[in-house]
Amino acid sequence: MNDTVALLQKFNAHPDSRCWYVAWNPKGTLLASCGGDRAIRIWGREGDSWECKTLLQDGHQRTVRKVAWSPCGNYLASASFDATTCIWKKKNDDFECLTVLEGHENEVKCVAWAPSGNLLATCSRDKSVWIWEGYLSQSLSFSVDEENENENEYECVSVVNSHTQDVKHVVWHPTQELLASCSYDNNVCVYKEEDDDWECRATLEGHTSTVWGLTFDPSGQRLASCSDDCTVKIWKECQPEGGQGTDTAWKCVCTLSGFHGRTVYDIAWCPLTGALATACGDDGVRVFKEDETADPDQPAFSLSAHVPKAHTQDVNCIAWNPKEAGLLVSCSDNGEIAVWNYQSGV
Amino acid sequence: MSGGARLENANPLIFQRTGERLQTANDEDEDVADPIDDREIFDLIRSINDPEHPLSLEELNVVEQVRVRVDDQENAVGVEFTPAIPHCSMATLIGLSIKVKLLRSLPERFKIDVHITPGTHASEDAVNKQLADKERVAAALENSQLLEVVNQCLISNARTG
Repeated sequence: MNDTVALLQKFNAHPDSRCWYVAWNPKGTLLASCGGDRAIRIWGREGDSWECKTLLQDGHQRTVRKVAWSPCGNYLASASFDATTCIWKKKNDDFECLTVLEGHENEVKCVAWAPSGNLLATCSRDKSVWIWEGYLSQSLSFSVDEENENENEYECVSVVNSHTQDVKHVVWHPTQELLASCSYDNNVCVYKEEDDDWECRATLEGHTSTVWGLTFDPSGQRLASCSDDCTVKIWKECQPEGGQGTDTAWKCVCTLSGFHGRTVYDIAWCPLTGALATACGDDGVRVFKEDETADPDQPAFSLSAHVPKAHTQDVNCIAWNPKEAGLLVSCSDNGEIAVWNYQSGV
Repeated sequence: MSGGARLENANPLIFQRTGERLQTANDEDEDVADPIDDREIFDLIRSINDPEHPLSLEELNVVEQVRVRVDDQENAVGVEFTPAIPHCSMATLIGLSIKVKLLRSLPERFKIDVHITPGTHASEDAVNKQLADKERVAAALENSQLLEVVNQCLISNARTG
């Protein structure tokens, strides 16, 4: 391995509590983090260090589990154990809570924006995935500063109950309106819209324990999942036999096992370089590279770089900067965020 | 959670408590780092109260020192606990109490695994999976009622030490 992951900065983001998730904004200039202290923090780079630009303290009554930026970068959604999802609007360095999405029966585990910007997906321990539709001023070419009453309207358009247990994560396809979710029931589900209703089109079985994270590759043709069974699986959509049905078939084309010592909590596929990074409960951060020569239907990945003690506790989240190749961020149970530079020797 | 007039295990077997730990010369030497060993973990969990009876987990033989595994170098602690009866509905709560006690007492570097002694409970896989899911544990502990029940189990009193 002549590839390296070098630590650039490490800082305490959520004092005395866990940092559960960290997300880059679409421009790659800001980081949003959230944690067990019920707060959301927005971080901006000042020279070589990261400064807290905004603290959002009163949005939720319990742990904030995940945050997600809208594709335009002007909105932030936060998912909480208090069973609600907040939509915040950015106004310079401040964020204003626009609306609170209620409906889930218990903890919301994830929120994700569709690439079109009009749809949101949430998932919960209540075993369901909800799809919401809203109206954002950016898609009507309003300027960001104008007040638009329609911004406050979010409607639930579908509730899908395909999982039999707690749903941990949802992720949208990079370009199409296709959604994937993963669960404590060890499965991954893929959803498409049919006649104004969202349905599960495929159930991906194979993991032997809770699936914690999902990520699409840059083209959207493959999906990677990570699990409590300490493996990563790569799935590819393939044409079903007979070619007539509307259901799609996904096959597991690769399993990465023997690399992780404990639960793999998060996985991220770099949209710029195709490198695959993982966040693990053994405190380590790993980056995998795809072997160029392998058959596209039987991809092979090798461990490119490994930081065994990236944090002093479990690594919960890992995210590639969408604009700067090799820039990687992770966060941990010890409340810290770490920023890394991944360099591939080849 | 532990309410109700009828106890599940009305006549539990009670076991004798282990004596105090014998101090060695190294234990009293300030300059020698004390690695955490199975006895130390056992001392942390032995007096956890059973949710239903005024007895400790040690007295009910739910926890035993021989079922504690510690690897100080690898920062790993594993505790097996044996519910008193195979259909014990308190199993998840007992496991959670053990986990919380260790999370609050041990240095942050430790990975703590708590599970049911294999073959001793009807739903051991389901209980083990919940205890191993840190997100589920974190959310459960934000429930003030459940947290209060757990804290009651963890209160040490003169009787159980």
